[in-house]
Amino acid sequence: MGTLQTEKLMVRTTDDIVSVRHIVRKIAIDTGFNLVDQTKIITAASELARNTVIYGGGGILKIEILTNANKSGVKLIFEDEGPGIVDVELALKDGYTSGQGLGMGLGGARRLSNEFEIESKPGKGTRVAITKWK
Amino acid sequence: MEKIPILRMGKYLLITIQVDLHDRLAHTLQEDLAEKISNTSAKGVLIDISSLELVDSYIGRTLGNIASIAQILDAYTVVVGMQPAVAITLVELGVAMNGVRTALTVDKGMEMLKALVGDD
Repeated sequence: MGTLQTEKLMVRTTDDIVSVRHIVRKIAIDTGFNLVDQTKIITAASELARNTVIYGGGGILKIEILTNANKSGVKLIFEDEGPGIVDVELALKDGYTSGQGLGMGLGGARRLSNEFEIESKPGKGTRVAITKWK
Repeated sequence: MEKIPILRMGKYLLITIQVDLHDRLAHTLQEDLAEKISNTSAKGVLIDISSLELVDSYIGRTLGNIASIAQILDAYTVVVGMQPAVAITLVELGVAMNGVRTALTVDKGMEMLKALVGDD
C-alpha cells in the first residue's frame, strides 16, 4: 500500500470545520467516491473536526490518499493536544457527551467509515484516524 | 454579520439555506427564526435544505431545535428537499431528527403546512 499525497490543515475554530468539509469533499471527488460515500466522509470529517475544536482545544488534520493494488481510499487523521479522553469506550457510546453535543460524533464517524482508530491519553491529547475506501 | 434570510409569505415563513451552514450561522438562524415567529405570529415555517450537501449532528440538532421552538410558539415546521445521500448519511450517523416533519419538495411541504394550519 502506498500513500500518494498528504495534506495538513489547521483545525482551530468553528470556521475551520467548514474548510475541512470543503477540502475533504474535493479530495473525495478526486479519488472517485460516489455521492453517498462523499457525503459520508464529509459528514464524518465534520463531526471529528468539531470534536477537535470543541473538546481538543484545536489541532490538525492530516489527509492521506491511499492506494492499494486494486483500490484507493482516503485517510483522515485528527490530532489534538487537548485534555484527552479518560474512557474511550464510553466516549464512543451513542448519546454520551462531556459537553454540549448530541454525543453522536465519535460513534457516528466510526459508523460512516471503513476503518477507525482512536488513541487518547489524559492530559496529552487525542488522535482519531478514519479511512474510507472507494 | 452573515445571516440567512427569512421571507414572510402570509402566515408562513420561508427559508432557503444556500450557504455553508457553519455552526454559528445555524445557531443565529435558530434565534432569528424564534424572534420572527413571535413578531409575525407565523403559523408555519418551511425550510428548504436542497442545497445542503451535508447534515451533521450539529445541523440535525439545530433543525430539531427549530421545530421544537416553533411548536412552542404555535407554528409548524416542515423541512424539505433533503438530498438522498444526506438522508442515508444522517441515519447511519445516528441522528434521527425525531419530531421534524419532512417533505420531498417545496410544493409538497407547502401543502403539508397548509393542511396542518387548516388553511384553504
